[in-house]
This record gives sequence, C-alpha cells and structure tokens, in this order.
Amino acid sequence: MSNLQVSVYRYNPETDSAPYMQEFQVDTKGRDVMVLDVLHMMKEQDSGLAFRRSCREGVCGSDGMNMNGKNGLACITPLSDVVKNNKLTLRPLPGLPVIRDMVVDMGLFYKQYERIQPYLQNDTPAPAIERLQSPEERDKLDGLYECILCACCSTSCPSFWWNPEKFVGPAGLLQSYRFLADSRDTATSERLSNLEDPFSVFRCRGIMNCVAVCPKGLNPTRAIGKIREMLLADAT
Amino acid sequence: MVTNITSFGRSGLSDWLMQRFSAVILALYTVFIVAFLLFNPNLDYYAWSGLFSQTWMRIFSLLAFVAIAAHAWIGLWTVTTDYLKSTRLRVGAQAVIILGIFVYLVWGIQILWGA
Repeated sequence: MSNLQVSVYRYNPETDSAPYMQEFQVDTKGRDVMVLDVLHMMKEQDSGLAFRRSCREGVCGSDGMNMNGKNGLACITPLSDVVKNNKLTLRPLPGLPVIRDMVVDMGLFYKQYERIQPYLQNDTPAPAIERLQSPEERDKLDGLYECILCACCSTSCPSFWWNPEKFVGPAGLLQSYRFLADSRDTATSERLSNLEDPFSVFRCRGIMNCVAVCPKGLNPTRAIGKIREMLLADAT
Repeated sequence: MVTNITSFGRSGLSDWLMQRFSAVILALYTVFIVAFLLFNPNLDYYAWSGLFSQTWMRIFSLLAFVAIAAHAWIGLWTVTTDYLKSTRLRVGAQAVIILGIFVYLVWGIQILWGA
C-alpha cells in the first residue's frame, strides 16, 4: 500500500515572501481515517504546520478547510470521500486573508454575522416565566439553529468572494432568517429594512455552493428565498 | 448601511422584482417573434411592416424594449459591482452602459414609430 500524497498550502508571512504548496507522504496504514487525522500525522513530520481544530467531531466548526477543491470540516470528512488517485490537496478556506498556513482571518465573516443582529429582540415586557412557543412555531427554527458558523458555505460563495464587506453571505443570512422566523422576536421590520439594499441579501445569485458544502446539511439558499418572500410581502 | 446610487431602482428588492418581471416579458416577446417567423416562412416586407404598424404590436415591442433596458441595467450593474474593484473604472463602465442603454432605447422607439 503506497503512502497517501498530501499537498498542503503553506504560508508564514514572517518568513515567506509568497505562499507555496508543501508535499507530504503520509502512511495511513490503509485505514480510512479523517482528514484531520492526516493533518495530525503531518504535524508529527513538521511541527510548524498551523491549522485550527478543537472538538474533532464536527461540533465546534474550527477546522473548516478546502479539501481537494471542496470546503468541509476536516474532522468529519473521511479520506474515502475526498481522495482521488491517492492524492489530497489541502488549502485554507477560500476568499479570507491567510494568517498562517491553514489558519484564516475570519474577521469579515464575523462582521457580517454581527450585522444581522444574531440575538432575540423583544420589546414587550418579559413574562414571569419563559416566552412560550407552540410546537409549530418551534418547528420553523429547525434547519436554521443548527449552524455552527464554520464558514464553509460563505467562503465557497462567489458572491461573498467578490463583496465580503456588503453581501452578508449564506451563513449570516441563514441566521438572519432564524431570527426573522422566530415567533418571539419583535424586531422583524427593522431586520428587514436592513436587508433590502442590492447587496446584503440580493447579491445571492442562487449558485447554491453553500448547500453543496454545508457539513450540517443545512440549506441557506432556501432561507434566503424566505427572506426575499418576507421582504416582498412587507414592501408591496 | 450598504449604499447604492447607480443601481436601477436604488433598492435590491425593486431591482430583483424588476429583473424577474422583465425576464418574463422578454421571454414572451421572444417566443412570439420566433413563432411569427416560423409561421411565416415566406415573410416579405409588407407582412413584417404590417405587423409593426399595429398599435398592440408597438405597445408589445416598446414594453420589450423598456424591459430589456431595465434588465440590462440591473444585470450589468451587478456584474460591474462584482468584478470592477477600481471606483474610477466601475463608475466609468456604469456610465457607458447606462448611456448605451439610453441610446438603444431611443433608437428603438424611433424605428417603431418612424417607418
């Protein structure tokens, strides 16, 4: 069994004048391990290799990266899903500034998340106990609240690549709809009026890369369509 | 706050709606013209000018011209804001596009009512 050939994006701005690809030979002993395990094996060969990871089970969203051209979480992506011809190419999430190797600056991504005000807003007096929802109202949040903000979707979206300062991006819009759809939130019209410009929502061109890469199987394109429907209903 | 002063309707929602309405109008116009050409294989000048001398055809054509003007403005504005990052280049391209659309629209009206 030949070793897995891995090509990894390397860039240390303090010592490298330009990014380059480094080749590794990794002996997986024929096992179908996760891409994150391969990264750890490479780190044993070269301890300078930098990447983010934390929970290693697809919950924290730290190790989003581009594996053989497709974004995903390294910790829950088995080699058999991505490796072709015994070769694996690993690059950082596209479109964000690289801090070092596989580590990107998520500042723009979080700025867009912050802009949609991702918290419940309710201007009515707080009840003695919690604000109740019917099971049907609660059902509307399914497929929205599960997002872990790994940024796989937004960094695979060409509209986000070209206008990351203005287009909220699929992750932010999925969360935006999560609060628009929440029966306990009363800031609906303020939220909508912050989204009706030509960029924030409408720069979505329905490419659906977000749906194709989401490691949690969520559908930001559907949420964006629902936001459009709400904007239309509100303004006509 | 995201601003936009050179987009067609100054609002993403109205641009989006206009883009879809104009697409439907253009699709109907295209289907009609293609069908007309198919059903009139020996088309001569009199049949063609006869079609365009009718008021409903002039209204339909003008509607299609206005639709393509709006559609092109919205679509190309989007393209320029995606790909042209230099402000000077982008505003210049937008000015040329809007001017071109205006010229074609007036020229189209002249053709419709000039004959």
